[in-house]
Amino acid sequence: MNIIVLVKQVPDTEAKIRISDDGKHIDESSIKLVVNPYDEYAIEAALQLKETHGGEITLVSLGPAGAVTALRTGLAMGADKAVLIKADDSRFMDSQTVANHLSKVIKEREFDLILGGKKAVDTDAQQVGSLIAMDLNLPIITAIVELDLNGNQVSAVREVEGGAETVTCQLPAVLTCEKGLNEPRYPNLRGIMMAKKKTIEEKEISDGGIAVEIVSMEYPPQKAEGQIVGEGPDAVPELVRLLREEAKVI
Amino acid sequence: MRYIGPDFYNITDLLTEEELLIQQTAYDFVQEKFTPLIREHHRQGTFPVELVPQMGQLGFFGASLPEAAGAAAISNVAYGLIMHELERGDSGLRSFASVQGGLVMYPIWKYGSDEQKQQWLPKLSSGKVIGCFGLTEPDFGSNPAGMITRAQRTSDGWVLNGAKMWITNGTLADVALIWAKDEDDVVRGFLVEKGTAGFSAPEMRGKLSLRASVTSELILQDVVVPNSAVLPNVEGLKGPLSCLTQARYSIAWGAIGAAVDCYETALRYAKARKQFSKPIAGYQLTQAKLVDMLEEITKALLLAIQLGRLKDLGKMDFNQVALAKRNNVRIARDIARTAREILGASGILDEYPVQRHTMNLESVYTYEGTHEMHTLIVGQKITGLNAID
Repeated sequence: MNIIVLVKQVPDTEAKIRISDDGKHIDESSIKLVVNPYDEYAIEAALQLKETHGGEITLVSLGPAGAVTALRTGLAMGADKAVLIKADDSRFMDSQTVANHLSKVIKEREFDLILGGKKAVDTDAQQVGSLIAMDLNLPIITAIVELDLNGNQVSAVREVEGGAETVTCQLPAVLTCEKGLNEPRYPNLRGIMMAKKKTIEEKEISDGGIAVEIVSMEYPPQKAEGQIVGEGPDAVPELVRLLREEAKVI
Repeated sequence: MRYIGPDFYNITDLLTEEELLIQQTAYDFVQEKFTPLIREHHRQGTFPVELVPQMGQLGFFGASLPEAAGAAAISNVAYGLIMHELERGDSGLRSFASVQGGLVMYPIWKYGSDEQKQQWLPKLSSGKVIGCFGLTEPDFGSNPAGMITRAQRTSDGWVLNGAKMWITNGTLADVALIWAKDEDDVVRGFLVEKGTAGFSAPEMRGKLSLRASVTSELILQDVVVPNSAVLPNVEGLKGPLSCLTQARYSIAWGAIGAAVDCYETALRYAKARKQFSKPIAGYQLTQAKLVDMLEEITKALLLAIQLGRLKDLGKMDFNQVALAKRNNVRIARDIARTAREILGASGILDEYPVQRHTMNLESVYTYEGTHEMHTLIVGQKITGLNAID
């Protein structure tokens, strides 16, 4: 069973974000970049499927040359090989453009399953998985929290408002992963040393056809400082008074 | 990927991609699995032994040994970065790994028989068994040559008698490497298994330092071991001393991790804590403290990285390790205390890691060769004169 895993390198969620001088993207020069956390669930799911069903795991990423580090992390976790679609201006590409480039590379390969995160934590667009499914005319199940494979039949559970739904489809398919699907493993030292010997194929692309453009980025408004009115039951009357008279919420 | 810590001198550029990834793995493991537990273990005086197999699975123990030893054969700098992260967590966690890798796996790999290697190395490296190292005795610390633990030859083996003290992991250990003198006063190493008749390892209580680490006495009363328990390929004090060089190397790195944790905690606190008109980080006295801390950490890191590169090339000698252990632990101890000053009263709470590091580093300052002994080792090297005895 051959699995393609979509991997994106994103700023660490704990990193202090600075908007670039042109106001259109994030300044990545001094922040830590990591594997998109949702993609880690996808890598772990692929590794678990490989442990049961055998096969090969190929990571595919679109990003600047530095994104190779994210791929190296995935290889250290246990993936077999990786493809980097090199695009220095990837931060300006819209989801459709990214999906088209990824689909083009994926189409050239033999695969049974495409796994990805349900979204990248930087752009939050939640589109690439679905767009690839559309490009390749494949069924897609998004934001899965459970995954079961029986022959060619995928059975996945999604969380929906107030409950869960079980969805099935046939391979080949695209699945995007939600938190809770699994606990991604740490790359162990042997894996890290072996990753050095695995190949990362690099492909150059010319951009072309960006339909959606970021006009500007702004920082969220600063939160006003909180007020501590006291401690324990004694503080309740004052709290109620402030909520009623100043905040006017009760 | 970048060096995780204050990188004022672009130290990232001195590290390889694998080394950075290995630091990241160790950092993630410690922050996610260990840090949430440490406060309670420190209060109770216990070690989170359930993490040992996880550390083994990740490959942390003896990781710079060759692949034939069951290790990942990573560079010595990468190994140092693991120690840096373990001690950012707690000196007790790093001590555990230093003993398991440097003081137990290393001598078995270096001096053991093939049978001993096959029997112990895979289990030690995977964390399925725990080892300890018995050299120090109640009356012989800096002066191990004076040890009184004895090994007497019998027709088909040996009988061990004596007592060891200050033994990290002693009570937890499945196997103890005991150093003892034979009838000819030659020091030899013996692998003694837990449960051997006459061998016990009571835990030492009442420590105000390294509380999240098990420290024990080892008592040997007519302990009978077969010939196959002796490490066949080493005789004399150079055996245990060569192991100490390994452990000291890991301390030189580990101490930086504790210092970094103190520095970063103090910096964060100083920027958030307002007194008078502004955050205390805005006052000259606090800035001077923070700059001193950063300066010492940066120098200690450069020292450790070069030491590791020398070790990779097989060019490192014990004098250089002595200097790095001496410097890096001293600066870490000073930094921990200064960080406590910056945190004021909050610094004494175990809500912050600073006072715990301060207490731990008191042990690290005098174990694996006291600060003073390292001074005299380097002193002898540069003057050619022995001031030790």
